[in-house]
Amino acid sequence: MDTLVTHSPILIIAIPLLAAFLTPLIGRVSQKAREALVIASLAFAEFLVIILAKDIYANGLHVYTLGASLPELAIPAGYIVPIRIILEVDGISIFMGIISLTVSLAAAIYSLHFMKEETGQDRFYTLLLLLVTGMLGFEFTGDLFNMFVFLEILSISGAALAAFRMRFADAVEGGFKYIVISAVGALIILFAVGLLYAQYNLLNIAALADVMQYGTIEKIALALLTIGFIMKLAGVPLHMWAPDTYAVAPAGITPMIYVASQACMYGLYRVCFTLYGITLDQLTVGWIVIIIGVLSMFVGVTMAVIQTDVKRLMAYHAISQSGYMLLGVGVGLAVLGDPEALAAYGRQAMNGGIFHIINNAWYKGLLFLTGETLFFRLGTRDLNKMGGMGRNMKFTSIAFIIGALAISGIPPFNGFTSKWLIYESVYQFNPILAVIAMLVSLITLASFTKVFQSAFTGPRLPEYKDVKEVPKSMLIGMAILVAAIIFFSLFPGLIVDHVVSPATDALINQATYISGVMGGVP
Amino acid sequence: MIESPSGFWGPVAWIIALIVALLVAYFIRSRGEKAHKEGVQSEEFLMANPRLSEEKTHVRAHNIYWGFFEGLKKYYDPTINTHTGIINDYVIWFTALIATVTIILFIVGVI
Repeated sequence: MDTLVTHSPILIIAIPLLAAFLTPLIGRVSQKAREALVIASLAFAEFLVIILAKDIYANGLHVYTLGASLPELAIPAGYIVPIRIILEVDGISIFMGIISLTVSLAAAIYSLHFMKEETGQDRFYTLLLLLVTGMLGFEFTGDLFNMFVFLEILSISGAALAAFRMRFADAVEGGFKYIVISAVGALIILFAVGLLYAQYNLLNIAALADVMQYGTIEKIALALLTIGFIMKLAGVPLHMWAPDTYAVAPAGITPMIYVASQACMYGLYRVCFTLYGITLDQLTVGWIVIIIGVLSMFVGVTMAVIQTDVKRLMAYHAISQSGYMLLGVGVGLAVLGDPEALAAYGRQAMNGGIFHIINNAWYKGLLFLTGETLFFRLGTRDLNKMGGMGRNMKFTSIAFIIGALAISGIPPFNGFTSKWLIYESVYQFNPILAVIAMLVSLITLASFTKVFQSAFTGPRLPEYKDVKEVPKSMLIGMAILVAAIIFFSLFPGLIVDHVVSPATDALINQATYISGVMGGVP
Repeated sequence: MIESPSGFWGPVAWIIALIVALLVAYFIRSRGEKAHKEGVQSEEFLMANPRLSEEKTHVRAHNIYWGFFEGLKKYYDPTINTHTGIINDYVIWFTALIATVTIILFIVGVI
C-alpha cells in the first residue's frame, strides 16, 4: 500500500491517459469492454486520489520527481534547483483532484446511455479521458510549463467534446469559441511563463516562488497569468464564451468543462498565493479578484434569470457561482499581509470560497445533468416549450429540486453552508460586498423557481404525454451527485475541518510549498 | 457543526425543524374533508367565458418576471447588447482587461 501511495501522484494522471489510448483498441473488440475500461480506470484513479488525500491530510504534501532514484528527491546531487518534471500535491491540489475525478466519474456513467446512439464513441471516450488527464495533470504539476501543457490538453479535448455533436450547428460554434478562447488564454499564459523563465531561468513553481521579486517583468507576468486564468474560468467580463459552450456540449461533458474551468481557478489561486504569495501587492490584487468576483456574481445571475434556454440559464449561473469563489478567496488574498485580519475573517472567507468550489461542483454538475436530461427526452432546451415534466420524470424533478435549493443557498443544503461562511467573513471586510452576495442568492432562487415552474410544474402537455424517465445509467450519474450534496449538507463541519481547511492552509502557507521542493537546498 | 466568530451552523436543528413542519402539515391535511371527490367538487364555477384547455393555463417561461425585466430595462438593454456572441469582441474584452490590470498594478506600485 505504501508503494501505491508513493507513486499515486503519477498513477492518477497516467491511468486515465493510458486508458484514453486503449479505449479505441478495446472498443474494436467490444463496446461493453470499452465502457468497463473507462469506468474502471476512473474509479481506480478515484480510489488512488482518496488514499493519497488521506496520506496528505495525515503527513503533509507529496513531492514526486519523475526520473529520480527516489520520487521525493526533487533536486539532483550537484544542483541547487530542480531540473526534472516534478509533481507537487498539497491540500489544494488534492482537493481539486477529488472534485475533478468525482464529477468525471459521474459524468462518464451518465454518458454511457446518453451517448449510445451517437457515432464515434471511441473518440468520445478517448477525449473524455484526455480531459480528465489534463485536469489532473494541471492540478498536480509543480512546474509552470507543464501547467501550460496540461492546460492545452484539457482545452483541446474540451473543445472537441463541446463540438462533438456536429449535427447541431451551435455545437460546432460553441466548440470553436472554446478553442479560440482557450488558445488565446493559454498563449498569454505561455508568454507570462516565458517572461518568468527569461528572468529567473526557472520553471518550477516552488523554486520560482523562492526567489520571486515584484519588479516590472513580474508585474506584467502577473497581469497576463491572472487574466489568462480568469478568461478560462469565465469571470466577468471574460465570461461570454461560457454560455455558448456549456449550452451545446453533450450532457456529461458540460459538468466536466465546468470543472475544468474551476481547475483554472485553482491556477489563479496557485499563481497569486504560491507563486507570488507575500511578494505581491496583496490588497490591490485581492481587490481585482474581488471586483471580478462581484461582477461575475451579479452579471451572471441577472443574465441567467432572463434566459429561456435551460442550459444557457444554468451556464450563466455557473458564472455567477464562480463569483462567490472569487469573492471569498479574494478577501483572503487582500488581507494575506495582515495576520490579524487573516485570522479574524480572511481564512474563513477563503474556507467559504474553497468550500463553495466543491459544493458547486456537485450541485452545478447535477443541474447541468438535469438540464440535459430534459433535452434528451423533450428534444428542446427552450423553457417556453416545456411543462408538466414533474409528472413524467419524478427522479429528475427531485434531483432538480435538490440542486436548485442547494445552489440558491437554502438551509440545510451545502450551498448555504459555504455561502454563510462567505457572507459572515466578507461582511467584516466590507458589508456592501456581503449584501450584494445575499441579493445574488435571492435572484438565484428566483431564477430556479422560474425553471421549476416552467419545466416541471403545470398540466401534462399533450406533446409530452408519452415522455418517460431517463434510463438507469443516467439516473445513477445524477444519484452520485445527489448523494454528494446530501452528505456535504449533513456533515459540513467534517468537510470543512478535514478537506477544506487543508486546502486553505496550503494556499496561505507558501513556505511549506516551497520547502517541499527546495527543502534540500544547502 | 461549523463555528464562526458570530455564531455556529449545524444542519441537524434545521432538519429536525423541517421534519416537525412536515408532520404538522400532514396532521392538518389529515383533518381535511374526507368525502371530497375528485372531478366533482373541484370543477370551476360556471361563468360566461369558455373554459380554457388545461395546457393553455400553463404560464410559460417568457411570461415569468416580465415586470422585473421591464423595471430594469435600463440595466438589461446595454448588458444584453454587450453579449454580442462575436468571438472578436471576446478577445477585445480580454485584451482590454489585461491592459487595465497591468496599468492598475503599475499605478498602484508607483503611488
